[in-house]
Amino acid sequence: MNKIWLVIQREYLSRVQKKSFIIMTILGPILMAALFIVPVYIATVSDEIKVVGIVDESGFFTDAFENSDKLKFKEMHMDIDEAKESYKKIGYNMVLYIPKPSYTYPKKIIIYSQSEPGMNVERKIRKSINDDLRTMRLKDAGVGDDVISAMKDGVNLTSIKLGENGSEEKRTGTLNFILGTVLSLAIYFFIFFYGTQVMRGVIEEKTSRIIEVIISSLKPFQLMMGKIIGLSMVGLTQFLLWVIITTSIITGAKFAFSDNLAEIEKYQMQKTGQVIDPANQVEVNAQYDKTAEILETVMSIDFKVIIGSFLFYFLFGYLLYGALFAAIGGAVDNDADTQQFILPVTIPLIISIMALQPITNNPDGPVAFWLSIIPLTSPISMMIRIPFGVPWWQLALSMSLLVGGFIFFTWVAGKIYRVGILMYGKKISYKELWKWLRY
Amino acid sequence: MDLLVAENITKTFAKHRALNNVSISVPENSIFGLLGPNGAGKTTLIRIINQITGPDSGKVFLGGEKLQPKHIEYIGYLPEERGLYKKMTVGEQSIYLARLKGLSKSDAKKQLKYWFEKYEIGAWWDKKVEELSKGMQQKIQFIITILHKPKLLIFDEPFSGFDPINTNLLKEEILNLRNEGATVIFSTHNMASVEEICDHIALINKSKKILDGKVSDIQDEYKTSTYEIEYDSNTTQLSEFIPSNFEIVMKEELERGFRAKIKLPSDNHTNELLTALMKNSRIKLFKEIIPSMNEIFIRKVTNN
Repeated sequence: MNKIWLVIQREYLSRVQKKSFIIMTILGPILMAALFIVPVYIATVSDEIKVVGIVDESGFFTDAFENSDKLKFKEMHMDIDEAKESYKKIGYNMVLYIPKPSYTYPKKIIIYSQSEPGMNVERKIRKSINDDLRTMRLKDAGVGDDVISAMKDGVNLTSIKLGENGSEEKRTGTLNFILGTVLSLAIYFFIFFYGTQVMRGVIEEKTSRIIEVIISSLKPFQLMMGKIIGLSMVGLTQFLLWVIITTSIITGAKFAFSDNLAEIEKYQMQKTGQVIDPANQVEVNAQYDKTAEILETVMSIDFKVIIGSFLFYFLFGYLLYGALFAAIGGAVDNDADTQQFILPVTIPLIISIMALQPITNNPDGPVAFWLSIIPLTSPISMMIRIPFGVPWWQLALSMSLLVGGFIFFTWVAGKIYRVGILMYGKKISYKELWKWLRY
Repeated sequence: MDLLVAENITKTFAKHRALNNVSISVPENSIFGLLGPNGAGKTTLIRIINQITGPDSGKVFLGGEKLQPKHIEYIGYLPEERGLYKKMTVGEQSIYLARLKGLSKSDAKKQLKYWFEKYEIGAWWDKKVEELSKGMQQKIQFIITILHKPKLLIFDEPFSGFDPINTNLLKEEILNLRNEGATVIFSTHNMASVEEICDHIALINKSKKILDGKVSDIQDEYKTSTYEIEYDSNTTQLSEFIPSNFEIVMKEELERGFRAKIKLPSDNHTNELLTALMKNSRIKLFKEIIPSMNEIFIRKVTNN
């Protein structure tokens, strides 16, 4: 036991002190934070205000367009040919041409511009005109204003999960999807990245020929487990540092761009909600409702189960695959020879990632069920399902099979590893591996 | 007393039998040569002694006790395939490997300091192994092997890759360790070094032990009562004045005088030979030919 601890220490310290680890630990969160911040930044800062000149020959749409922060509409009192020539001089970005309709309402409109108007602008114009057209047509058909405005009200869809004992619980489709995807991807990358690190470590010990010196002091199995556990701790350290650094960068960025962020607006709205005049009160209340709803759904997620099972699948999934990767490292002489063995080991991982969509579409279906029960795929597949709620017996079965699978595969890997680490300069086939199992 | 006894060790890998009923006894405080051509099974036997693999059948005793995990700390092993972590510093690495052998951190440091000073390599402490030459790495590996003062030292082809100066240093150190009470098992096919430093040997060929015993006893056994002589004689032929049952194996003319090898019916006839020589010539050299371990090795292995 003491010797495993020494191995763990060495594996941990020698990797944590590496330059590549430090760089990755700092760079990772910056990249991740950039993923969140850059789009916000681009949306808030780089977009210039676009001015659309309108030449409306139909005369229907003068009031159809609402100015926004990014998009201004200006009527041009000239004909289209003149407008096309002069819009740049006036300082407009494009011309929206609504030709005189031949019958009642125009069937097509045209944007003239030198540069791309952009999808957002096109969408906004299309929507404004279509909304207006619909209203006008309804009015023409004799529909009253009250009906028209009533038609604009939509519904909120809420999905309630009925428990066995009649309990009701709000379902959180999108949130579940995001949670399941993020957590299972985290497991996937962790297994992949640190699994191959285990393999590289084993190959390094083999090629540097230190392996025999070491295993004259401890059992190969101890060395293997020490390496796997040590690396899992490196991984957890990196993961933790990433979470901490990313959160602090994002929090910092939030304050830096606070004016532009919707989050803060919401926060301010809530704060000033009480003193706002009654006309706005309705809107503020609606905002409150929405926030409360999100909060409610977030609260309804069973975080204890999710965090607990995440740690469980994270750990045992990695341990299982770590052992398999260690066996590969033990069996080969160099990185180039690993390919033929890596593929079959990673196929279950890839299958479970490919099944992400089917599982989220039908979290209780047969694909979801079987993939989350089989030990090689369960760490990822079960993690996708868990936020949607999984029956206890399935969770228990999956977990015990994973532990069983871990013991079995570690045993197999240990045998291959033990023989393999002392074999040099031999191309290993599957037949050979099978022989080693029976030594 | 024998420090290490291996009894009837058999080990089979799949279809290949690596060791077939091999027994050896290594007397305490001696240097024991484990000889044999490549692939004979030496390394397998050594790995069994180091508990890296287990035998299929047979038993190993260390100091009278059946081999068990705690014995790892009594053994220092320098394998034939040896190396160090390239990216680790010499100091860290040495401490790590010493601690794996059961030394405490402070003991390891103290011992390392002593050896590093002795070999004047203290300046390497903070260097990464990849910055050192192969010879330097070998020195460090040697120090790490003997650091925990093991009772039994096992060197598998220790001189491969060493330059002559380091080879000598190593030989001296091995003899020193023996004199200080250690027992050494020494696997090699470098026969010259065997004669120089080994007290006992076992010869393994094709997974079987074919010869063992004290080096001097074995050489005695393989002696053929052949003597080398050098003499001055310009009158008569050698064959004319020595008894006819003495066989002249070889004769050649030197710049001054002659050299010959003569096989006697037994060692009791040396004086007869001398008397005959004295009468007819001036003797410059008279020496019993002791077969080299190399000859014995080749003879045994090719006959086998």
